Amino acid sequence: MTGTTLAAAPLDTHHRLLAGWYETGTPADLAAHLTRHGPAPLDVYAGQQGRARLIDEVDRSGLRGRGGAGFPTGRKLRAVAQGRRPTVIVNACEGEPVSGKDHALLTLAPHLVIDGAELAAHAVDASEIIVCLHDGDRLGRVLAAAIAERPAGPAPIRLQPVPPRYVASEESALVNLLNTGDARPTSKPPRPDQRGVGGRPTLINNAETLAQLALVARYGADWFRGTGTQDTPGTTLVTVTGAVRKPGVHEVACGTPIGHALRLADAAVDAQAVLVGGIAGAWLPLPFAAQVPLAHRELADTGATLGVGALFVLPAAACGVAETARIVRYLAGESAAQCGPCMFGLPALADDLTQITDGGGGAHLARRLAVVEGRGACRHPDGAVRVARSALHTFATDVRRHRAGHPCIHIGQSHIPLLQGNRSIR
Amino acid sequence: MIGLWYVSRAAGLLALVLLTGTVVLGALTGGRASSAAWPRFAVAALHRNLSLLTITFVAVHVVTAVVDGYAGIAWLDTVLPFVSVYHPFWLGLGAAAFDLLLALVVTSLLRTRISPRLWRAVHWAAYACWPVALLHGFGIGAGDTQSGWGLVVVLACLAAAIGAVLWRVGTSHPDTQARSGVNEKAWSGR
Amino acid sequence: MTEHLRVDRIACRAHGLCAELLPELIELDEWGYPILAAGALPAPLRTEATEAVSVCPTLALRLTTTRTTASQ
Repeated sequence: MTGTTLAAAPLDTHHRLLAGWYETGTPADLAAHLTRHGPAPLDVYAGQQGRARLIDEVDRSGLRGRGGAGFPTGRKLRAVAQGRRPTVIVNACEGEPVSGKDHALLTLAPHLVIDGAELAAHAVDASEIIVCLHDGDRLGRVLAAAIAERPAGPAPIRLQPVPPRYVASEESALVNLLNTGDARPTSKPPRPDQRGVGGRPTLINNAETLAQLALVARYGADWFRGTGTQDTPGTTLVTVTGAVRKPGVHEVACGTPIGHALRLADAAVDAQAVLVGGIAGAWLPLPFAAQVPLAHRELADTGATLGVGALFVLPAAACGVAETARIVRYLAGESAAQCGPCMFGLPALADDLTQITDGGGGAHLARRLAVVEGRGACRHPDGAVRVARSALHTFATDVRRHRAGHPCIHIGQSHIPLLQGNRSIR
Repeated sequence: MIGLWYVSRAAGLLALVLLTGTVVLGALTGGRASSAAWPRFAVAALHRNLSLLTITFVAVHVVTAVVDGYAGIAWLDTVLPFVSVYHPFWLGLGAAAFDLLLALVVTSLLRTRISPRLWRAVHWAAYACWPVALLHGFGIGAGDTQSGWGLVVVLACLAAAIGAVLWRVGTSHPDTQARSGVNEKAWSGR
Repeated sequence: MTEHLRVDRIACRAHGLCAELLPELIELDEWGYPILAAGALPAPLRTEATEAVSVCPTLALRLTTTRTTASQ
C-alpha cells in the first residue's frame, strides 16, 4: 500500500473503543480524542483509489455489524458505494431495554463514532450523514455538542429524532421515517442499501460498528484481527445487568467466554440462566452458558445470538417462563401492526406462555412458534419466537412442572425492566 | 336508423343494471363475502366478468346513440361532458360516468403493471361512477325511467347499491380493526 | 431461471383468495394469512400461480424471477 502509513497501534488487546476511559475516567472531548487517537485518516484514503482501499481494509478486517444482525461491514460498504449520492445513517437508537453499550460509547467517545461515520461517508462518497437517536434521549445534547466542535467533514451531519418505539430503529423503519415521517418498517425488496433515503442507496450502521471502523481505518485490518475469533474478530461492548452486583458496560475481546463477562459484573453465583443478545435473543442455562464464547458462530451453534451483546442474568429465585411471557407481551405491544402473523401471533404466543405459568397447557405453543417465524416484513416476530423457543428449552423443567398443574410461584415478579408507554409490563 | 335509437335506450338500461351488479359484487369482494358455493375467488371473478360485460353494453349503448344520428350526438360528446347539443347536462353526466368507467377498466386490465396505489385510487372512483351513471339514466331516460317499469328498475338499482354499501360499511375484519387501532402519532416524527 | 411466490406481508389483508386458487402451495394460518410452501414454483402450477397473483385484492402476492447462477 504505497503512500499509506497507518498509525502505531495501541497495545491493549481489549480496551480499544474504551481506551483512555479507564485511565482518565472522563468522556473524551475533541481535544482529548485527538490526543488519544489522532485525526481520522481521511487523507490516507484520499481520492477514488483511496476509497476503494478503505473498503478493502474494512473487508479484510472481517468487522461485523454490532447492531444485532452481525452483517459484514465491508460488504455493506461495497454495496452502497456502487450507487449515486448515498446517505449514511448512524443508528444510535438504543431501544433495547437491557442494552446500554451505545449510550456508554456515545457518552465516553462520541468522536470515535463520528470519525467512523465520516470515514464511511468518505468510503461510499455519501452526500449526507444522519445520526438517528430516540426522541427525548439526553444523548441528543451530547452529540449535538460533539458535532458542533468538529470542523467540516466529507459530508454534512445532522441529528434526526426517532419515535421511541422498539422497531422504529429497524433499518427500513429509519429510512421510512426519513422519507415519509412514518417510523414503521417497510417490505423488502428494495433493501435500504439499494433504495433508501430519497430513493438513493443508504448505509445504516450501528454506532459501535462505526467506532470500530474508525479504528480499523487508523490501525489496519491485521491489527483489528489481532484479537477476537476468526469469524468474529475484534472486541465488542457487552452490557451485563440483572442478578449482578456491578451492572454496566464492558469491552471484551470477541470469543471471550460469557462467564468472564459475568465475573466482571460480579454476577450471583447461583444465577440460573442468562438472556443473551437482548430481550429478543435467547436464554442459555447456567452454568453451561459460562463457557460459551461471545462470538457469532459459537452462539448460533447453541441456538442463541450475539445480538447487541447484552447479557441479562436471571436470579435463582425467578421463573424464566414468567419472564419470557412478559418479554413476549412487551414485544407484542411493540409490533407495528402491519403484518398478520406478528400482530395476531405475538399476543397469542404471550397468552400461551402465560397459560403455562398459570398451570395450564399452552398446547398450541410449539406449533404457533413455527407458524409465526419468518412471516413478517421485518424480523420482529422472529425475535419473539427465538426467545420463546429458548425458554421452552432452557426452562424445560419449569415448563413440565407448570404443565403438570403447578402454577408459577413467581408470577407478578418483574426482573427485566420493560416499559411500554408509561406502564410496566407485568 | 331509428331502430338503433331504441337499441341504445335498451342497452343503456341494461348497462345500468349490470353496473349496479358490478358495484354490488365489488362491495362483496372487499367485504370478504363468501359461502360454501361461492368461495371468495368466485365472487371476485364474477365481479370482474360482470364489469367486462358492463363495459360491452355501455359501448353498444354509446355507439348506437351516436351512429343512429337521431339526436345529433357527436363522438366527442361521449367523452367530453356538457358540450352536446342534445340534453347537455344529462348526457354530460353519462360522458363523465363513461370516462370513469374507461379509467376503471384500463387500470384494472393493467393492474399488475401499475402501482398498487394508483390502481386503488382509481378503483375508489367507482363509487363516484355509479351514482353519476344512475343520474344520467334517470334524467336522460325521461318517460322511460321516470315512470312504469323503467322507474322500478332504477329504484331497484338504487336499493341494491345502497344496501351493498351499507353492508360493506358494517362488516369489519380483525385485520382492519387491528390496523386502524394503531396510534399513528406514536410512530410519526420528522 | 427459477420463479418464486412471495407475499408482501404488509399489503396482505387476509382475503384468502390465493389459498383458494392454489391450495397445493398456499395454506392459511389460524388468522387467515397465507403460509407459502418453500422452494421454487413448480412449472405445472404456473398458470394457477399467475391467476392467484392477479386475483389478490391487495396485490400482495408476487411472482419473482431469480436467475440461477452456475453454483446453484
